[in-house]
Amino acid sequence: MTGPGGTAREVLGAPHPLLSAVAEPVDPTAPEVVAAAADLLATLRRAPATTGLAAPQIGLSLRLIAFDARRHPRSRSWAGELVVANPRLAGAAHWDDGREGCASITGLTADVRRATRITVHGHLPGTGEDVTIEADAIEARCIQHQLDHLDGLLFLDRVPGVLSLHRRLHTCDA
Amino acid sequence: MGLSAVTVLGVDRPGVIAAVTGSLADCGANIQDSTMTLLGGHVAMMLLVSGELDPAELMKRVGAPDLVVTASAIETRRHFCAEGDGLGYVLTVHGPDRPGIISAISAVLAADGGNITGMSTRLTGRLYVLIADVELPKQVDVAALMRRLAAVGSTLDSDITFRPVEPDLL
Repeated sequence: MTGPGGTAREVLGAPHPLLSAVAEPVDPTAPEVVAAAADLLATLRRAPATTGLAAPQIGLSLRLIAFDARRHPRSRSWAGELVVANPRLAGAAHWDDGREGCASITGLTADVRRATRITVHGHLPGTGEDVTIEADAIEARCIQHQLDHLDGLLFLDRVPGVLSLHRRLHTCDA
Repeated sequence: MGLSAVTVLGVDRPGVIAAVTGSLADCGANIQDSTMTLLGGHVAMMLLVSGELDPAELMKRVGAPDLVVTASAIETRRHFCAEGDGLGYVLTVHGPDRPGIISAISAVLAADGGNITGMSTRLTGRLYVLIADVELPKQVDVAALMRRLAAVGSTLDSDITFRPVEPDLL
């Protein structure tokens, strides 16, 4: 978890080139990484309809994700409000289709197949402590969406076909 | 019993679909295949209808002051429900909007005999999105095609993904 004092930043919109770039691994104990994590969390807190954000979305090409699925109506369990450095997917099971949007893409959503149960390893910014997250339902979808951001992928890259693209009629899930 | 292809274009409002389909039902036309979408606030419908009326009569029956309707006879339904012998792929393109994206991408696919069987494009803010279902002949060198698509994508500042359709047989 990050300390207080982060600054909310502007969320970049596609087609910004940073959203197509692979983000760099970070030293979770480095002060600039801790500051970036605090900014990411502050930006997420400012957007209550958004369940997660990745650092490239706020203009930082760093492998940091933040998420908080507690308020989402399709949550089952949740890890709480969390920032994870260098997250990597260690396990994925029970794939299902679900509609998701993105804070960086206005006006569109799509049905995307994601694992509904995942295991993610990473580090906590600040202490650098190892962390393992067992996520399900919308939290699992959200984390996978953020992991894609770190690899320069948008949900549009995973649309299974023409009929899976929709105009957004509600706030984004991921 | 003949087949006609009917297109309907008009400003979107509640009741357009009901009016069009009601007109067709009243004259005994049976809607076999159809698709409808909104394009910039306009409703666009394409219908394949069967019935005894010729296309000119269908246009009269469906026509309304605020709708542009066309109808034409279709002699046969080629490849209807035929098992395709190609391989299915999904193409996605996203990047800044500019003229010529569809033509550039579709030309690359056509050069290899690729058939676009469905396509949707959306402009949302500055972001242009294209999703296409593509059928490729089996003999196509897919890796080489992907390199050509990537090269075209880079000239358009667009990101392109091209991947096999996931099988949906359970």
